[in-house]
Amino acid sequence: MNIVEKLKGKFGNKIKDIKLHCDKRIYVEIEKQDIIDFVKFIFHDLDARFITASGIDNLDSMEILYHFSVDREDVIVSIRVFLDRNNPEIDSITKIIRGASNIEREMYELLGIKFLGHPDLKRLLLDDKFPEGVYPLRKTQEKLEK
Amino acid sequence: MKKVIVPLGPYHPLFEEPEYFALYCDGENVVDAEWVAGYNHRGIEKLSESKHWDQVTFLIERICGICSTSHPIAYCNAVEDLLKIEIPERAKYIRSIVGELERLHSHLLWVGLAGHFLGYNTVFMWAWKYREPILDIMEMVTGNRNHYAMMKIGGVRRDIADDDIDIIKNILGELKGKLEMLTQAVLDDPVLAARLKGVGVLTKKDIKDFGAVGPVARASGIDIDVRRDSPHAAYNLVEWKVITCEEGDVFAKAVVRLLECFESIKIIQQCLDRLKGKKGEIEIEVRNIPAGEGIGHYEAPRGECFHYVRSDGTSRPVRHKIRAPSYVNIPTFKASCIGQTIADVTIILAGVDPCYCCTERAISVYDVDKKKKIFDGKDLIRLSQEKTRKIKKELGFKDE
Repeated sequence: MNIVEKLKGKFGNKIKDIKLHCDKRIYVEIEKQDIIDFVKFIFHDLDARFITASGIDNLDSMEILYHFSVDREDVIVSIRVFLDRNNPEIDSITKIIRGASNIEREMYELLGIKFLGHPDLKRLLLDDKFPEGVYPLRKTQEKLEK
Repeated sequence: MKKVIVPLGPYHPLFEEPEYFALYCDGENVVDAEWVAGYNHRGIEKLSESKHWDQVTFLIERICGICSTSHPIAYCNAVEDLLKIEIPERAKYIRSIVGELERLHSHLLWVGLAGHFLGYNTVFMWAWKYREPILDIMEMVTGNRNHYAMMKIGGVRRDIADDDIDIIKNILGELKGKLEMLTQAVLDDPVLAARLKGVGVLTKKDIKDFGAVGPVARASGIDIDVRRDSPHAAYNLVEWKVITCEEGDVFAKAVVRLLECFESIKIIQQCLDRLKGKKGEIEIEVRNIPAGEGIGHYEAPRGECFHYVRSDGTSRPVRHKIRAPSYVNIPTFKASCIGQTIADVTIILAGVDPCYCCTERAISVYDVDKKKKIFDGKDLIRLSQEKTRKIKKELGFKDE
């Protein structure tokens, strides 16, 4: 449990919750303002590979899981962040990881999450003519029904 | 500074899916590149939320026709991670066999098309001819040349018959000799070396920044392979090795892919030996998926294929996140194309193997100031082929 100890040693009570699904899957829940510190530590100090991020609409909140793989140890660390569903905003990690740009653009258009400080936050997959303010991956689509 | 935009796509034989690249050129040199995606967005993640857990395996096969067994393996790994179950040993071997057969046909497809773009149509003819018997094996084992429908949660759907094992081994044995010849012919050719060495180099830092995976990462000296790093299926039960190169150019990517073919044959043959003459379960019954979340990944021919699933205890996933390898490999163009010439860009784009589809070419070069067409798609491939011819002449080879 090397990685869990390193995370606990570095961040202490900044970690809201650590869940071990099994030895190889670690889920770490944190507050959204700490995301940059965690990503920097995992990407640079633990030398993990950024896989992708999963945005999830929970109806009462918006959730993002940032998945990192530590290939040497066969461990996938997922950082879990909950956002306010009415105004989902979080700092962009593209400044730290260039490869995160596209997935942030995707979550922006499909779930309506704003990434603060993203250098080029525009649509990735949807057509320009697709209506504004309609987010296909959200669970309810009142606006589309109107 | 006067710049010319070279649009690649949206329909282009280099790309598996319709995508659009704008190359900003100064004379012959590419100074910047931009990517526009979404032409083939089918909303599969959303669609998956409306399907039964078992139906999803069929749905995600349709993500890509070339790696149509890699996505189901990654998805089954994810659901099995959620369930914390281990599949029967026989199913493990069958999974690896189908996965490696797919890698073989996918890598040969790439070698053939790379040959075509460089003006080596003999390589194209050979590689695709040798790919054919693999598709025949696929049809024999799974019933289909593509979209095999072999994977299911808890195991595989079909067994491999004892009678078929010897036939498959014979075909693979023959193929190995031909592949050796093809590999030597490609790697020893001084013209191909002149065209590919030092072209489109990706450094280790580029790979880490973009999170690139698969042969693209391994050609730059990053030693990662999900099959070895995260043992699943039969990959930790048989002998094989991960191929890496240090150079990071298109030549290194070709070397990695060609040598990986031999490792695949080695894996398949060992798996077949273990299956022969034995009986065993090929699946365990899974009735309910409890609430929870699971992560699974698999080394597709193009790199790591990643699936995340979440269940609320009903018969459908609440969220199914899919990340295909090309999603992280394609953006590396930003690092590899800039500073290169237009004649080399076709092969650099192809070097990442964003899969191909043989649709119409829709590529042309416009002069931004005069709004006039300068080259079309055929002209660009001709440019690339002419460069090869010129190098051949300089090296004292006769033209074909």
